[in-house]
Amino acid sequence: MFDAIQAFLSSFLYDWLAIVITLVIQAVMVILPIMLTVAWLTYAERKVIGYMQVRMGPNRVGPGGWLQPIADALKLMTKEVIFPQQSNKFLFIIAPVLAIAPAVAVWAVIPFSPEVVVSDINAGILYVLAVSSILVYGTIIAGWASNSKYAFLGALRGSAQKISYEIAMGFALVTVLMIAGSMNLQEIVEGQQGGILNWYLLPLLPMFVVYLLSGLAETNRTPFDIIEGEAEIVAGFHVEYSGMTFGVFMLAEYAMMILISFMTAIMFLGGWLSPFEGVPVLETLFAWVPAFGWLAFKVSFLLFVFLWLRATFPRYRYDQLMRLGWKVLIPVTIVWVFVVGAMQYFQFGPWFN
Amino acid sequence: MTFEQFIFYLLAAMAVVSGLMVITVKNPVKAALWLVLTFITTAAIWIIAQAEFLGLVLILVYVGAVMVLFLFVVMMLDINLAQLKEGFTRYLPLGAIAAAATFGMMYMVLGPDHFGLEVTGAPVVHDADYSNTKSIGVPLYTTHAYAFVLAAVLLLVGIVAAIALTLRRRAPKEVLYQNIDKQVKTQAADRLRMVKMDSVVEKSLPVNEEDSK
Amino acid sequence: MVKFIKHQVKTFGLLELFKGLALTGKYLFKKKITVRYPEEKTPLSPRFRGHHALRRYENGEERCIACKLCEAVCPANAITIESEERDDGSRRTTQYDIDMFKCIYCGFCEEACPVDAIVETRVFEYEFHERGPHIMTKDKLLAFGDKHEEQIAADRAADAKYR
Repeated sequence: MFDAIQAFLSSFLYDWLAIVITLVIQAVMVILPIMLTVAWLTYAERKVIGYMQVRMGPNRVGPGGWLQPIADALKLMTKEVIFPQQSNKFLFIIAPVLAIAPAVAVWAVIPFSPEVVVSDINAGILYVLAVSSILVYGTIIAGWASNSKYAFLGALRGSAQKISYEIAMGFALVTVLMIAGSMNLQEIVEGQQGGILNWYLLPLLPMFVVYLLSGLAETNRTPFDIIEGEAEIVAGFHVEYSGMTFGVFMLAEYAMMILISFMTAIMFLGGWLSPFEGVPVLETLFAWVPAFGWLAFKVSFLLFVFLWLRATFPRYRYDQLMRLGWKVLIPVTIVWVFVVGAMQYFQFGPWFN
Repeated sequence: MTFEQFIFYLLAAMAVVSGLMVITVKNPVKAALWLVLTFITTAAIWIIAQAEFLGLVLILVYVGAVMVLFLFVVMMLDINLAQLKEGFTRYLPLGAIAAAATFGMMYMVLGPDHFGLEVTGAPVVHDADYSNTKSIGVPLYTTHAYAFVLAAVLLLVGIVAAIALTLRRRAPKEVLYQNIDKQVKTQAADRLRMVKMDSVVEKSLPVNEEDSK
Repeated sequence: MVKFIKHQVKTFGLLELFKGLALTGKYLFKKKITVRYPEEKTPLSPRFRGHHALRRYENGEERCIACKLCEAVCPANAITIESEERDDGSRRTTQYDIDMFKCIYCGFCEEACPVDAIVETRVFEYEFHERGPHIMTKDKLLAFGDKHEEQIAADRAADAKYR
């Protein structure tokens, strides 16, 4: 479809202009739904946590509070952006941009259903890892440029936490690569065909948990949100930010949350594959569900789990968090790399052949 | 000029400019950030040259981890710039000689005699589904397996040495350590004792006849 | 050993985490206790201490006799009273001001009053957007008392047996 658009445009425009316009159209088509999802994810978060605390959550703006995200966005956009004294203005402004840019750029390789992907590259997983590792700079520059001790402490904590958990995350992805034999996200999903038992969830169950946990840590969600730690360091790296600069940080955080859910669904839960493949009656019963429907369902469930965890667990202490990352998750992942190697050698189950 | 060439020259210019900024900018934190930009543009150039594995790994390792640690150190240092610049003119000749020597050696190895299309031939343009991860991995684990393992051992030794050099356990009198393992393993039964006892009903206070009158 | 294995299973099986999740999951479906305030209101006690009011006797005579006990007892020094002899020889206030920004709604003035003149009513839905109106003068307080007299009297009656 995009090739057709590009061909149509290049019939009366410069080639490069046609390419740029097509790329922009593609980007908007991916980013816009994600930003809207982010907006209503904040609403869902407040609702779910409210319900788990026997409250109602936002219910004033629009029926049932449905328009709350729009009100929030308007509020943030009309608020004044305050620059702290002696802060580095350029870096202060560039920090939220650095936070959101990778969180948006990652979506280039995420397949939404078969063949529906902006850029179907070979090293898809590596791209996701690499780009999300740049995300640290938003935090660290925000903390440094704010010229505030709270912000700086939050930035230090946050970036140390992120690069620590990235290792466990990387190892968890390595096991997926070992099973799938490919770094292309589409091929990984196709490797899981054949019903719920063929998903990588079962042989990689510990890795699924590790990935989810380090995903929580990567996105600074409770119980790993010491980066904000309002009890100790007020709000961490974004204390000094107000208005839309603050909003952009939030957008980045939630976009990453959705991304982690997408990645978990794609790598462990069979992506857009139906869970009833091969089950006689149910397969025909659910044949009408489109591929993206299943993926969206899985992603929404994982997002719900994110919110559920936030409503349930208290915040980790910093040293305990580092211990969990380095002394528990990384050893577990390394052990599981060997276990997967052994399973591969013995052609174990339906996953290796 | 094709679109690809345009992107290449853009990235190359950015890489050169940011590389220059690294060594000229005053603030060390900004210098580190310019270095990050240099890395990213270099990685992008590699990706254009169909080496996406190397490019992404460069970003993942250098930008995502090494430079963050570097920034940590630089941010927490309290560097006096005036002091740092004191001996600039004194050491300039020596520095210039060292730079010239390095440049000369690099020119001898990387100069036009050894590089360029005439020497190496035009690189093969691969299809979109060509996996250069595989073409790096296969030689690493077959023909160069021995060297690869040796390099891994060397890195391990480096890690062990770094930890051994920086680890200092001070006496418990000086510093109080938290034993997190012990804290985490604590069970409710270790700290809390449930006591079963009969409820005691206190008799109401004896009523003073005098007062009640 | 058995204890160790048990502990490991418990830790790596994330059993306690699932217990916590089950609890919050259960509460997700419980009935919500939120009171949607402007539409729904919580019941108020007859002893509720809200907006102040000055009361009158049934014949229309104001109760306050300017004894200044409330002024003396007020911990926030929110009450200012000036008094003068009225034409009929009784002692009455010429000024009775309550600074609503200072007031901490402790209810001591009400307790101290020998004639039940100053009272705190159930009304709590009021606000001040600037300085000036926040000083409740005698006229305003009396008018407020007249407006809510029915409710005030009912509340006093309900609480009378505990006084």
